[in-house]
Amino acid sequence: MKKTNLISLAIASMALLASCGGGGQKQTSQTAASSQDNKTLLGAGSTFIYPFYSKVFNVYTQQTGIKVNYQSIGSGGGILQLINKTVDFGDSDAPLTDDQEKQAGTPVVHIPICAGAVVLTYNLPGIQDTLQFTPDVLANIYLGKITRWNDPAIQAINPKVKLPNLPIAVVHRSDGSGTTNIFTNYLSKISPEWKAKVGASTSVNWPVGLGGKGNEGVSGLIRQTPGGFGYVELAYAIQNQMPVAKIQNASGHFIAPTIASTQAASNIQLPADAKVFVTNTTAPDGYPISGFTWAILYREQHYGDRSLDRAQELVKLFWWVTHNAQSYCADLHYAPLSAEAQATAENLLKTITFDGKPVLETSAQ
Amino acid sequence: MPEPLPTFTSKTHASTSSRAEVSRSIPRSHRLIARISNADRKDQWFRHTLHIAGLIVLCLVIAIFLTLIVGSIPSFRATGIHFFWGKVWDPVTEVFGALPFLAGTLLTSFLALFISLPFSLSIAIFLGEYFPPGKGKNRMAGVVREAVELIAGIPSVIYGFWGLFVLVPLVRQLEMKWHVLPYGVGIFTASLILALMIIPYAASLGREIIHMVPAELKEAAYSLGATRWEVIRHVVLPYARTGILAGILLSLGRALGETMAVTMVIGNTSALPKNIFSPGNTLASVIANEFTEAASNVYLSALIELGLVLFLVTTLIHLIGKRIIKQFST
Repeated sequence: MKKTNLISLAIASMALLASCGGGGQKQTSQTAASSQDNKTLLGAGSTFIYPFYSKVFNVYTQQTGIKVNYQSIGSGGGILQLINKTVDFGDSDAPLTDDQEKQAGTPVVHIPICAGAVVLTYNLPGIQDTLQFTPDVLANIYLGKITRWNDPAIQAINPKVKLPNLPIAVVHRSDGSGTTNIFTNYLSKISPEWKAKVGASTSVNWPVGLGGKGNEGVSGLIRQTPGGFGYVELAYAIQNQMPVAKIQNASGHFIAPTIASTQAASNIQLPADAKVFVTNTTAPDGYPISGFTWAILYREQHYGDRSLDRAQELVKLFWWVTHNAQSYCADLHYAPLSAEAQATAENLLKTITFDGKPVLETSAQ
Repeated sequence: MPEPLPTFTSKTHASTSSRAEVSRSIPRSHRLIARISNADRKDQWFRHTLHIAGLIVLCLVIAIFLTLIVGSIPSFRATGIHFFWGKVWDPVTEVFGALPFLAGTLLTSFLALFISLPFSLSIAIFLGEYFPPGKGKNRMAGVVREAVELIAGIPSVIYGFWGLFVLVPLVRQLEMKWHVLPYGVGIFTASLILALMIIPYAASLGREIIHMVPAELKEAAYSLGATRWEVIRHVVLPYARTGILAGILLSLGRALGETMAVTMVIGNTSALPKNIFSPGNTLASVIANEFTEAASNVYLSALIELGLVLFLVTTLIHLIGKRIIKQFST
């Protein structure tokens, strides 16, 4: 009797709490997007881009007095916050899906910020040479069809290396990540079988292999396992001086992953909305497994009770990020935008409007 | 456990009311009455505070449960009841099944419990019976006691790192000797780490309970000519078994929910584990891995539903444990 009383009381008070909480949340979301403090812009999303943003936003604050508060909660979270209109911009390593664009309601623009590459690294005791891989071999390793290092298919493209008779310990990311998205997108492009069986996403149902959490988890597993083979971000591989493989690109060249070859990969004709994975690039000197990270903004900036001032500051910020700030890319091991990508970003920023009028022109006045 | 509580409160009730009666029967000293009614008020305040604190905890548990259910609705609509025994977890095609992770969670937790049991039990007997606190200043026992408590205080990510860099290579060597695939990581390695992490919970509680066994009982047994082993076997352990079981239940609960250390050494494969050396995944580690980048609604909801499954499993095991303890204590 007493117990049921207590429980019913608990439920009643919880309902009260919940209603308070709901109200509070609404209020904060409104203040976040419409904050009268136009000196602070809010962003959320990709963890991949966080070191870059944290550096350049700091510089921007010193130059202009405008603060940018960026939370690296992951691309998915960033998109969600943009859809809920609690931030001024989101950042994602993958373009929005049709479903997400529908949820957003009004059109969004994808501004390319910089490019990253996914590199293949390995642990073969006693082998100093750089290994080479063709797309076919790579896909077959990740499909579980090639299981040993001395497989004729690998030996044929690395004639000078004496490959050991070791099982290939395939490693992939266990956490959802933009790196996985780029890598699986590449595999889907070059292997119809991969596309049909596995597909591309931030997390996939891997046919073989062990999962490591984060770049450090993957590299930890590879370093420890003789015969280990896996993928990490280019920046991480450079910082940790890991052996990286050359990959054959669409033009047939074996390309080592570097900042230059990653930048070259995006120097191709891009679609006007920049919503494209530049994996398996047609650029002859481009590294084939690379991709953009995008800042995502609403095309029409007058939503909620946003001011024109805020919209202008936001567009100005991204004009600066896609131009002046690009010089910080290389130091932080990101690939700067190629000339093509930068031109596309400019055009996209010009399409952003406030009450139907372009924001950039009004801000120039 | 719930029995002693009402008697305690009723006792305080009796004492306050009798005190009130006393104060009524002696109306001469107003000051005394004022003081007593003041004490009465304080007593009420205290009772209210306790009630509210208890209520908040109850609210929280129910709120978590409701939140998980509400969050799981989109996934439940998409997958239905099949979610609980589906073997495939494929975010690309949005096919979600929790079975591999459920198996991983249960396998690692019970295996860990099994491995840790001899150690936690011996530590409990050693510290509770042979070198009880306060009796005799044995340095060694003090150090062991501190060390056991320290184990509970180390952040789990440190266990994860230690596991990845020390334990994994050792397990790999073992696996090579036993001719299983030498991954190093997997269910077995995760269970070893977990076993180490949960020892203090069972050991500390067991130690306290064993220490509380009345000296009269033990002395009686000794006087009948029992050896130390016989005293422990036939007096101490039977007397303390409820508490020891409670400690085991506590450590099992800890093992079920452990995330970080397990994630780092379990291999994170979404396939159903074939044996205890296969890589696998647990409910908690999938959530930790995939939550941040889960962008689609159904995917996110499926991860929340995994949380619901974990919640239900923990509750179920807790209830079963309680039932077992009750049976042992009567």
